[in-house]
Amino acid sequence: MLNAEGLTKTFGGVTALDRVDFDLRPGEIHALLGENGAGKSTLINLISGTYPRSAGTLAVDGQAVGHLTPQLARTLGIAAVFQEFSLVPELNVVQNLFLGRELRRGPFLRSRAMRQEADALLNRFGFRVPLDAAVADLSRAQRQMVEIAKALRGRSRVVIFDEPTASLTDGEAERLFAAIAQLKADGVAIIYVSHRMSEIRSISDRVTVLRGGRRIGTVDTADVSDTELIEMMVGRPVDELYSALSLSPGEERLSVHGLSTRSGRVRDVGITARAGEVVGLAGLVGCGRSELCRAIFGLEDVADGTIRYHGESLHEPTPHHMLRQGLCYFPADRGAEGLALNRPARENVTMAGLNLPVLAAGPALKVWAERRVIAGPLEKLGLRPMAPENNAAAFSGGNQQKLMLARGLLKDFDVYLFDEPTVGIDVNAKRDVYALIKQLAEAGATVILSTSELPELTHLATRIYVMHEGRVMAELGPGEITEKSILSHYFGEVAHA
Amino acid sequence: MPEVDSGLLRRFVQNGGIVITFVVLAVVLTAIAEPRFLNQLNLTNVLRNFAFLAIPALAQMMVMTAGGFDLSLGAVVAVSSLITAATMAAAAAMMPGADVAITFLALATVLSFGAAVGLVNGGLVTAFGLSPFMVTLAMMSILMGGALYYTQGIPIYGVLDSYISNVGRGRFLTLPVIMWIALGVIVLIVLLQRTTVLGRHIYAVGGDPRSARLSGVKTARVTLTAYVMASCLAGFTGFLMTARIGSGQATIGATLALETIAAAVIGGTSLRGGVGRAELVALAALFLTVIANAMNLIRIESKYQTLVLGAVLIIALGIERLIQRRGTGG
Repeated sequence: MLNAEGLTKTFGGVTALDRVDFDLRPGEIHALLGENGAGKSTLINLISGTYPRSAGTLAVDGQAVGHLTPQLARTLGIAAVFQEFSLVPELNVVQNLFLGRELRRGPFLRSRAMRQEADALLNRFGFRVPLDAAVADLSRAQRQMVEIAKALRGRSRVVIFDEPTASLTDGEAERLFAAIAQLKADGVAIIYVSHRMSEIRSISDRVTVLRGGRRIGTVDTADVSDTELIEMMVGRPVDELYSALSLSPGEERLSVHGLSTRSGRVRDVGITARAGEVVGLAGLVGCGRSELCRAIFGLEDVADGTIRYHGESLHEPTPHHMLRQGLCYFPADRGAEGLALNRPARENVTMAGLNLPVLAAGPALKVWAERRVIAGPLEKLGLRPMAPENNAAAFSGGNQQKLMLARGLLKDFDVYLFDEPTVGIDVNAKRDVYALIKQLAEAGATVILSTSELPELTHLATRIYVMHEGRVMAELGPGEITEKSILSHYFGEVAHA
Repeated sequence: MPEVDSGLLRRFVQNGGIVITFVVLAVVLTAIAEPRFLNQLNLTNVLRNFAFLAIPALAQMMVMTAGGFDLSLGAVVAVSSLITAATMAAAAAMMPGADVAITFLALATVLSFGAAVGLVNGGLVTAFGLSPFMVTLAMMSILMGGALYYTQGIPIYGVLDSYISNVGRGRFLTLPVIMWIALGVIVLIVLLQRTTVLGRHIYAVGGDPRSARLSGVKTARVTLTAYVMASCLAGFTGFLMTARIGSGQATIGATLALETIAAAVIGGTSLRGGVGRAELVALAALFLTVIANAMNLIRIESKYQTLVLGAVLIIALGIERLIQRRGTGG
C-alpha cells in the first residue's frame, strides 16, 4: 500500500538516509530496527512529510506522491506518533488532540463536541489523562498517551510509532499493543520503531534493519534470531564495541545526601562515587538522572540536601566552582548547552579552560598556544576531519561530541559527569567514547555515566543507581548488573511492591 | 517563609489575579493621592486614553502570542492618522456633505494600509525567516521617515467636524464612544482567541511551531494573519486618535512600541509566544493608563514620565515573576 524507492535525505553535506527502499502491506506491522543515527527517524520523517526528501520516489496505493507535507500526509491517511512529541505544551489535552483537525462550525470551534470525543478516544485505550491539563504539566508517560491518541484519532491507513513504549508502564504498553492489534485487524499498516527486541519479536511481521543511513535488509520476523538481527544492526558482534575494564576503586570522592531540586525532578537522592570507578545512572528519560548531574554541577537549583566533594559540603554549587575543583560535566544537549555551533572547533574546545595556565596569562590569552594545547586531546579522540578551524556545526554528531569531550582532556579532572554521551552518534564514535571512559576510570578518575543505553551500563559501570520519578529505586553492585535487573527497577516496582 | 497553598496561588495567577490587583491598587492609590482623579472629566479622559492604548496593545499581544513581535505598530498608528486626515480632506472636497460615506471611506483606506503593512511584515518573517525584531524595526523606521518627510512636521487638517464631534468627543450612555469601540474590539478578540480555529492556531504556532506544523496547522498562514490583524488594529487606532486630536499628526504613537509591549507583557503575554489573554492585556493597558494619568495630575514633567514607565515595567514584571515562581514551583 505504501512503496518507497531510493529514498535519500541529506542535511547540509551529511547524508542521513542513502537510497533506502521500503514497502508496507495492508494489515502488517513492519518494524524498523537500527541504532541511534541509523536513519530510522529520518525515514519516518520522510514518510510522514516532516522533511522533504532529497531524492527517491514514494507511492501510496500505486499513486506517486510528489512533494509531501504533514498536511498532505494526513490527507493520505498517514499518521505518526513521534518520539519528540508533536504537542504544544501551552495547550491543554483536548486542544492538542484536535490541533490542526479541529471540529468546527465555520470559523468557530465546537468545543463541547471535541471534549466528548476526546474523552471517548482516551477511554477507548484506557488512558487516564486529565482533559483540561496543559500538556506542559503532564508526565512524560501521559504526554506519550496523548500523542498516541492524537495519531489514532480519525481514519488512518498508515500509522507510524516511534518508540511508543519508551515511557509507558507495562500495563499501559499492554493496552497500546491491544490498540495496535485492533488497528492491524482493521487493515491498517503499521511502522513500528523500537530498540526493544522482545517487542519487535512479539508484535512485528517483518523487520527492516538500517545502519548508517542504508538499508541492510528486510526479513520476516519469524525467520531470524535475535542475534542475527543485532549483528545486522551493529555490523559486527556486539561485544567488540566494549573492551573489559580493569578498575580498582579507591577512596570515596563525591557523595550526595538527601538531595532534592527546586524543580522537584530530583527527590531525596543519595549516591556515592569513588575514585577509579564508573558509576552508572539508569532510568527512563525524564526520571531525574540528568537533573541530578546538573544539580551536582550547579545548573539546577538545589532545594534540600548536600553535595560532599573534596571534603567540602556544598549547598549551592556553581559551574565555575566545580570546574575549578576538578569536576567536569558533559551535557546531554550538545546543541543547546555544550557547543557554540557557529564558532570554530578550536574555540569550543578551549572555551571552558580559558583560565588554565597553559592558555592564559592574566587577562590575556596565549593565542599561539591554543592550537598546540588542543592538538593532543583531539588526536587522542580521533576527530574526523581533523580541522579545528571549521565551525562546530560542520562536524557530524559524533565528532561534535568529541569536541565536547576534548574539553575534559585539557587538564586532569577528578570527576567526569557524562549525561547521555552517545545520543545521536554513530557506532565508531561510540567506541571512541567508550574507550575514553575506560581510559579515564583506569587512570583513577571518577566517572558518573547517565545513559538510557542499557548495554553501556552493563559493560562499563561498576555500580548502578536506577532512578524513577526523581528517586533512587535501587543500587546494583558488581555481579548484580544485568539488563534484566536494571529494567526491573525502571518503573519503580520496588516502591509499589 | 510561610507555606502558601500553591494550588490557590496558581489559580490566582492564572486568572489574572496579579494584573487585577495592579489595576485596583493603581486606581485606589491615585484616588487617595489626588482626588481630582475621580472628577468626571478626568475619568472620561482616562477611558479614552485607555482605548488608545488597549487596542494597539491587543494588536501587539496577537503578534506576540503567535511567537513574533511588532515594533512598527506605533508608526502605523501615526501614518494612519495622516491617511485619515488626508483622505477626509480630499474626499470632502469632491463630495461635500456625504460625511458618513467619507468616514467609512477613510476607515477602509486606513485598514487597507494596515493590511498592506502587515502583509509585508508577516511575509518577510514567514517567507524568508527574517527576525521579526529586525523586520518591524526597519518598517517602523521607513514609516516614520516617510511620515515626517511627507508632512514636514506640519499637522494635516481637514478632518470632518461631524467625525470629531460624534466619535472623538461623542458619548454613549454617558461614557465616551471611543471607549465603547475599544470594549467591542476587546470582546471580539477574546472571542477570536477562545472560540475560533484561527485563535487556537495562533496559540499553537506561538507555543511550538514544530508541533503545530506536524499537526497540520498552516503555520506560515497563521503567522501572516496575526501580523495583518495587528497592523489593521494599529491602523484603526490611528483612525480613532485622529477623531480625538482633530488633525493628522506624524508624531503620535512614537512611544507606542514600548507601551504596547509593556501592556502585553504585564498582562501575562509570553515573550516566547503561545501565552497571552486579551482581557488581561486590556487590564494591563488600563493599569498603565491610570499611572500615566496620575503622573499628569501630580504634574510630573513628561520627560520624566517615560522614566517612570520604564521603572513601572521592571517592577511589575519582577513582582509577577516572583509570584509565578512561588505558584508554579519553577
